[in-house]
Amino acid sequence: MAALQELEQVYLKAKADPAFESEMQGYLRDYVGRPTPLYFAERLTEHLGGARIYLKREDLCHTGAHKINNTLGQILLTRRMGKPRVIAETGAGQHGVATATVAARFGMACEVFMGTEDMRRQALNVVRMRLLGAKVVPVEAGSRTLKDAINEAMRDWVTNIDTTHYILGSVLGAHPYPMMVRDFQAVIGRETRNQILKCEGRLPDYLVACVGGGSNSLGLFFDFLEEPSVRMIGVEAGGLGIASGRHAARFATGELGILHGTMSFVLQDGDGQIQTTHSVSAGLDYPSVGPEHSYYRDLGRIDYVSATDDEALEAFQLLSEFEGLIPALESAHAVAHVKKLAPTLEKDRIVVINLSGRGDKDVEVAAKLLGRSEGLSQVGEG
Amino acid sequence: MNRIDERFHRLKGAGECALIPYLTAGDPDLATTQALILEFERRGADLLEIGVPFSDPLADGVTIQRASQRALRGGTTLTRILEMVRGIRADCDLPLLLMSYANPIFHFGFARFAKEAVAAGVDGLIVPDLPPEEGAELIEATAPHDLHTVFLLAPTSSRERVQRIAAVSRGFIYYVSLRGVTGARSRLSDDLEATVRMIRAETDKPLAVGFGISSPAQVQMVAGVADGVIVGSAIVSLLERNAGRVGLVKDAGEFVASLKAATRARQAEEHRGR
Repeated sequence: MAALQELEQVYLKAKADPAFESEMQGYLRDYVGRPTPLYFAERLTEHLGGARIYLKREDLCHTGAHKINNTLGQILLTRRMGKPRVIAETGAGQHGVATATVAARFGMACEVFMGTEDMRRQALNVVRMRLLGAKVVPVEAGSRTLKDAINEAMRDWVTNIDTTHYILGSVLGAHPYPMMVRDFQAVIGRETRNQILKCEGRLPDYLVACVGGGSNSLGLFFDFLEEPSVRMIGVEAGGLGIASGRHAARFATGELGILHGTMSFVLQDGDGQIQTTHSVSAGLDYPSVGPEHSYYRDLGRIDYVSATDDEALEAFQLLSEFEGLIPALESAHAVAHVKKLAPTLEKDRIVVINLSGRGDKDVEVAAKLLGRSEGLSQVGEG
Repeated sequence: MNRIDERFHRLKGAGECALIPYLTAGDPDLATTQALILEFERRGADLLEIGVPFSDPLADGVTIQRASQRALRGGTTLTRILEMVRGIRADCDLPLLLMSYANPIFHFGFARFAKEAVAAGVDGLIVPDLPPEEGAELIEATAPHDLHTVFLLAPTSSRERVQRIAAVSRGFIYYVSLRGVTGARSRLSDDLEATVRMIRAETDKPLAVGFGISSPAQVQMVAGVADGVIVGSAIVSLLERNAGRVGLVKDAGEFVASLKAATRARQAEEHRGR
């Protein structure tokens, strides 16, 4: 608790400090590469034959995903707290890479906890983290995925609390993390608002983003929550299908629960034990979801749907072939939903997808899975 | 009167420090847990902490993580643990506390849990991932049933927080002796004595110290400054090493007896006018 209270104080103080804001802005511009473009996906729009589809290009952020918006903010706070070491958990490896990157940039020791199942399927990111000077700590416990990496990071944090800041990667965990990470990611939605007003002269009709812990989606949605005309859809990992029980769709079958210091929807069994999840994408493979998502879901402000592994893989290929953009498998879930949604909408409707990350890290896994299935490899010609 | 209060009252009168062993319920099965509880009582345990296994035991080191996995694989549930407690209550006077992560109890329902736990003979509850700042609902649900909720203090706790936790913790206050998770350590924290004295200056409630305490020598040291000593991983580890062996319960009881003797050793030394 003491560390959480310290973090909250340091964060609130920094937030009110113009010097912190201008420091953030400087690094976001020159190091991360913001603002990221809002790109009109012309061929995808034509192909789907409905709404106009825009992609918010978080895949163009330095390190290849939105995660660095948050790690940059937290490393600057770490410096303010005078702590020399940072730790992080990672699922897909994008948050781990983004943490290792800023740790290298600011000269701090860095250890990243990662489930061995995720190390296997995101091997490229493991190499990247090591190149950046971080130590990758394999986690063998439980399902050997994101949930278990968070457990291990939290155990390390309480042990080394005096010297270490835990850079949590999503809108998860105990207060102030969900609030703070959301604030650091809200830049996505603020930019999107300006950009869409500039090119379309009005706000979008739909915002669509994938939801693992929920930081890229909340980052896109947050600035639009007060705009009743903007509909928001979060796409969870449907894995092998909801009926199979092997998925990470918390809002489909989860119940309210407490995990990792926060109350939210949790996939659990009848005795309150946390269930193991399944998704082709490591970044969505988590049994709970940021508490603010549960809140907006209960309010009816944000809708949640899911896309299966197969649908995501199909979308992965679709975007590659039609736009020359290889999306992260996580982001491909959002594309998969828009593939269904866009054709049902009038041509003057506007949909913005958060392309939260690029897919280089997933090429090996996707190649294996696509090679197995004839039907998927021909999607672009259909 | 709650058995926990009664027990600490009696120990205080005798100038004695409580030995509080910990067991993960259902490791390897609930029948063994039951036999261990009765043996530990016979061998001098003063209170007992029963761990409710959880899939994601954040505050625990590898020893108790493994025990939790074994227990879950064996089908241990909160309901069965309460049945086990109900089953031994006639033969056991020990104050019994459940140590559970928040979710199994939350899922069970705080109010339903409080009612059924007390009916089964449980006296107290420790929830390591529920700080008092977030514990109002639990306290509200447990207090009417006289189920004590014990809260934890850490070496990083400020004086202000010590006061806050001392005010809401019931039965005793659990002081986490180190920065980290459960698990045997070869040496205890250097600032342990000083911190314990600081806490004791703020409250009259009994103070029990846990995390990392594994040997009679360490128990003896802590017994000199605290009202209770909690030993967990060292016992769980002994059970793991000797799994399946004849005499397991007796051997574990022997170890508990050596720990209990250590709580008295310092007292005896002081008595001799050292």
